[in-house]
Amino acid sequence: MGFPVVKGTAYALIQATEMVFHQGTTQTSERRKNPESEHLKKLPEHLRSFQDAVSYPPNQVYIGNMTPDDLKDIPRPWYQAPVPGASRHGKYGEIMPEDEFLGLIKIVDAFDLVFLEKGFQTQVQEKIAAHLVLGDINGLDKLSKEPGDAEQIKKMVDDHSAQPLLFAGKLVGCVKKAHEFDEALSDHVMFENLVSKASAVFVLKHLLAKTELQADQVEYIVECSEEACGDMNQRGGGNFAKSIGEICGCVNATGSDTRSFCAGPAHALVEAAALTQTGIYKNVVVLAGGSSVKLGMNSKDHVKKGMPVLEDMLGTFAVHIGENDGVNPIIRTDGIGRHKIGSGSSPQAVMTAIVADPLDKLGYKIPEIDRYSPEMQNPEITEPAGAGDVPMANYKMIGALSVKRGELDKKDLLKAANSFGMPGFAPTQGHIPSGVPFIGHARDMILDGKINRVMIVGKGSLFLGRLTNLFDGVSFVLEKNSGAPQETGFNKEEVRLMIADAMRVFAQAFRGE
Amino acid sequence: MLKGKKVAILGDRDGIPGPAIEQCVKSAGAEVVFSTTECFV
Amino acid sequence: MDLENQARIKELTAKYGKDDLIVVLGGAEAEASGLAAETVSTGDPTFAGPLSGVSLGLKAYHIFELKDEIDPAVYEEQISMMEMVLEVDEIVNEVKTYRG
Repeated sequence: MGFPVVKGTAYALIQATEMVFHQGTTQTSERRKNPESEHLKKLPEHLRSFQDAVSYPPNQVYIGNMTPDDLKDIPRPWYQAPVPGASRHGKYGEIMPEDEFLGLIKIVDAFDLVFLEKGFQTQVQEKIAAHLVLGDINGLDKLSKEPGDAEQIKKMVDDHSAQPLLFAGKLVGCVKKAHEFDEALSDHVMFENLVSKASAVFVLKHLLAKTELQADQVEYIVECSEEACGDMNQRGGGNFAKSIGEICGCVNATGSDTRSFCAGPAHALVEAAALTQTGIYKNVVVLAGGSSVKLGMNSKDHVKKGMPVLEDMLGTFAVHIGENDGVNPIIRTDGIGRHKIGSGSSPQAVMTAIVADPLDKLGYKIPEIDRYSPEMQNPEITEPAGAGDVPMANYKMIGALSVKRGELDKKDLLKAANSFGMPGFAPTQGHIPSGVPFIGHARDMILDGKINRVMIVGKGSLFLGRLTNLFDGVSFVLEKNSGAPQETGFNKEEVRLMIADAMRVFAQAFRGE
Repeated sequence: MLKGKKVAILGDRDGIPGPAIEQCVKSAGAEVVFSTTECFV
Repeated sequence: MDLENQARIKELTAKYGKDDLIVVLGGAEAEASGLAAETVSTGDPTFAGPLSGVSLGLKAYHIFELKDEIDPAVYEEQISMMEMVLEVDEIVNEVKTYRG
């Protein structure tokens, strides 16, 4: 059967500047505490245009038109270094503008909670019908039916029974609450969940369009965002995965949701690897949509420092894991890294558990991994907010661990960090930057023979849920496929011979008695 | 300086997290009265 | 600095007094660590939280500054690796300035 492989990936972004202002928690918290705040007044001046978002170098890397290494050659600030001739269409996916996305939210709404004003709805219907990847989407007809009335939309928003949907400063629709008083079905929660679902649908449609995978070949979907859906009797009941597969025509798939804060995608990929390696399912898709509430999370610092609000992008990804085909990079399931409950929470305990321990198992030294993809947050977003350059800190930690293990000279630490590291290019969308943004690039680089092995690292801040102070982390190694599918060490023929031998010995002993 | 003092810890997910600081200040004879870890990402 | 944490620090100062309570920071970077030290000493300079205009007069230290008081084995296990990762001098110099 052999190790499972990464057969394909898709990555997409959606610019959502109005959601930054109206639904990002930094802004909603500010509005609650201090509606007249300076921040809320200044923020709109710092929102960027769609073209600026498209030509922003890290976004071009995210959708696959440039590589992470290309970013090393672009001097910062990147927001002042637009990529000439940048396209919204990328090798791995696309950058979508907010109006089209609002149309997509209505398409994926199964309970008539989304209303779009008539004129606006007609406009986006035309755009989505002409869209290369979405033109054939299930539910497109919803955009030709039951348009919302502008006055009624305004009334629902003013009554606080619906979340506003805006485009270019104008109220064009709303998402209403799904229950009179159930907080798990409030307008706010329904908005958040529909954004997550719609954006995940977008990236899955791209995966199906850009790779050989057909919708009816998908047997299992693992969704790994950070949202929860359910009602007051089962607030996190699920199931995002099936709701997303349903829209995309994955009629033969079932699925479920996996959660572990930002480490969710790494857990989900390990689960997908296990499901395919054991032969339970042939084709598994791991995916996640974006987080509306995290939009503009650090925008106060960006505004204060005179920068554009760079956290205006919803991030999404989808990865197809399948049986070993002898070609695509394998997932080394014999050396999965995990932060154990008993591992401890100091940075070195965490890094030992998720980087050093699995490499020991695989027989590799830290510098023998060509690239590490830990948390790939764009440093241009995090540095002004005081969190530093997160990927670089991770690279230095990995290097420092290597020094402590005597594999690396301390004076070479920075050099090593630069050689197995890359600049961060992912939006700060929690689960989105956590290891997974590099899988598409890693697959290409391995297939092109540029590198042989990569470690994907996901880390999660479980303490934010206030149930435990524990940290979390999971890692796995992606490696060049040797072309021989039989490599897991489990060989049926060998086991058969071993059993036969044992039986012979037993029979001899038995006879001897 | 730490011995016998009450300590409030403001850890950082991408720096030194709260629980690691707790272990340290306890070893110096301080009493931890509050410990948290901030997350910017 | 997180608004909820500002409220907690305010409560704790009322309970224990500024002479008995010390704030220990684990910040990843100088500016943010300095901001936290300033907030618990002279008040929230961003005027966002409960410590806006409130001068608690607390002393804040980054954990790197307290190395000598900590059991070396514990420090080695919990912190030492991060000395190779973060800008120790820069952080310490910044935090110091807010202790008067």
